[in-house]
Amino acid sequence: MDILPNLLFSFILILAFYFFVNNIYKLYKNISLGKSVNRSDNRKKRILNMLCVAFGQSKMGAKPIAGILHIIVYVGFIIINIELLEIVVDGILGTHRIFADYMGELYNYLIGSFEILALLVLISVIFFWARRNILKIERFWKPEMKNWPKKDADLILYFEFIIMTLFLLMNSTDSLLQDNNYEGYVKAGFFPISDLLKPLFVSFDINYLFILERSFWWMHIILIFIFLNYLYYSKHLHILLAFPNTYYANLNIKGMFDIDKNITNEVKLMLGFENSNDQNDQVPDKFGASDVFDLNWVQLMNSYSCTECGRCSSVCPANLTGKKLSPRKIMMDTRDRLEEVGSNIFKNKGKFVSDNKQLLNNYITKEELWACTSCNACVEACPIEIDPLSIIMDMRKYLVMEKSEAPVDLNNMMSNIENNGAPWPFNNQDRMLWTKENN
Amino acid sequence: MKVPTLLEMSSRGEKPEVVFWIGCAGSFDDRSKKITKAFVKILNNSNISFAVLGAEESCSGDPAKRSGNEFLFQIQALKNINSLNNYNVTDIVTTCPHCFNTLKNEYPELGGKYNVFHHSQFLKRLLLSGKLKVEGEKFKGKKITYHDPCYLGRANNEYKAPRELIEKLKANLLEMKNSKSNGLCCGAGGAQMFKEPEKGNKDINILRTEQALDTKPDIIAAACPFCNIMMTDGIKNKEKDVSVMDIAELIANAEDL
Repeated sequence: MDILPNLLFSFILILAFYFFVNNIYKLYKNISLGKSVNRSDNRKKRILNMLCVAFGQSKMGAKPIAGILHIIVYVGFIIINIELLEIVVDGILGTHRIFADYMGELYNYLIGSFEILALLVLISVIFFWARRNILKIERFWKPEMKNWPKKDADLILYFEFIIMTLFLLMNSTDSLLQDNNYEGYVKAGFFPISDLLKPLFVSFDINYLFILERSFWWMHIILIFIFLNYLYYSKHLHILLAFPNTYYANLNIKGMFDIDKNITNEVKLMLGFENSNDQNDQVPDKFGASDVFDLNWVQLMNSYSCTECGRCSSVCPANLTGKKLSPRKIMMDTRDRLEEVGSNIFKNKGKFVSDNKQLLNNYITKEELWACTSCNACVEACPIEIDPLSIIMDMRKYLVMEKSEAPVDLNNMMSNIENNGAPWPFNNQDRMLWTKENN
Repeated sequence: MKVPTLLEMSSRGEKPEVVFWIGCAGSFDDRSKKITKAFVKILNNSNISFAVLGAEESCSGDPAKRSGNEFLFQIQALKNINSLNNYNVTDIVTTCPHCFNTLKNEYPELGGKYNVFHHSQFLKRLLLSGKLKVEGEKFKGKKITYHDPCYLGRANNEYKAPRELIEKLKANLLEMKNSKSNGLCCGAGGAQMFKEPEKGNKDINILRTEQALDTKPDIIAAACPFCNIMMTDGIKNKEKDVSVMDIAELIANAEDL
């Protein structure tokens, strides 16, 4: 028996997984650059949240058309993975449709349903492509969606289209070989969709058909391996990260912003209040965030999880009124900067060497940060619970507490609060004047 | 208008059922003071024993915190918590969703644990307990669209209480294109109230006012003094004859208080 193809397959498989594991490791290293944040509480609630939001896609329905198309592609890819498992086993062992022997009739129905799913995925992908490129839905054409993000989005669709097409072509030629009792091709599987493609190949010589079937089989699996390793460089990483992203999401009510307990004792001392000695003050050496190192690891993971769908920006009041702020861009910038920092560290053998850049100003401008109304619409809109607002708030904190770079009006407002206890220049003693006014 | 302060009440050895946290807008801004007064009238009419902090109240710290000034926020929060705890305050009601959110969600970690109600929630409770009756039919059949304040809606998931109160007026409640969890901000949140907006092609309050006017309402209902200011400005800009009224004003008005 010729074992060369099996060896070649195993080699490619190992290579694909080697690169994939390498990418995951890079991802882990980069995310670990973030500060710690405790999200290990409430395990039950977190698991439920992940099952609901990531697995069950509960938030995708807000846009019903995209929601339905997305669920088809999602279910399609998950279920067709069973077929992928068989392909891998066949590839290693040199068998053909090995599961057929063990599954009997069930196998036929499985293959049949995969085919129907594959067709539905193809149709959905065409719809997705049309929504981007023909209907030109506005959120896909915002300024931050130029160049790579635009190409990336289209590339993913091309990948999916070709993979599914190859799957059907492979089945179609396989089915013809089965019809001809070609050696090694046992009768297995129903082919409701790929049977329709048979006329394309029916006139071909049987040996040529065999070469075609093998070519489709190899191209299909190799493209999947390439796609697997493309993930790291793509917004498509969400298919993996949506799960941890929703598990580690902030479960607090949206209005509750993080309290920096590290400064509480200092403030109490300043106010002359009794110091509660239940904690040691560890006043941080830096307030807020100016670079990715200052964000926490969940915020960094958020940036890798972002699919750039733009639902956040399409509901952002600032973005809707033509301001520069786009919550999606906040996430994309964070990821780009994190990648830059990650490769800097890799190049310099584990140490970050200053590149005189940071997330603030080089990526995200003050103009963007000050346009936010903190309305939480972006957080509410994200289908996988990314929190752009927390990054905006951390960066504002840096601007105000480290740099005193708030807009003049806000500085006036804050000194009013300091001096009079109100954001306007009114005397605090006059708080009850309204009781003396008529009407 | 006679409004007791906590200091006065405690010197008489009395304790109110609830503290009315007025907020800076409700104390100083002319438009918002009307909301404060309307709510006081309802409280008096329902025989609720309440008190205010008066000069002992200080900014909740919300605009400082949303601006990024955690230090100033904690100064304000700890000062206020100190005042509130001195009087053993347990229940607080406020007409400002920003104060409501800050007191309810951000004070507990700093030692201020109270039952905090937004006035729409409080009025709903009064209604359920029978202490408040809404029988006036002044707004019967009137088209009212309700604008969700971000810090009451998305931030605290309260979409029902204000709507139930409007329906109680037998008014015709209209929903805007963006409402409830999908509501559009009025443009004042995140300390935007106190600064000029960044460059864009439109002001946020204008966009929101347009959404409200699309429902062809007689009245735009609000439940936040800042939203009220923003929407009132929007209406002025559009030169439309539509009034912007707070939930408390609607009820006080319906009952001729």
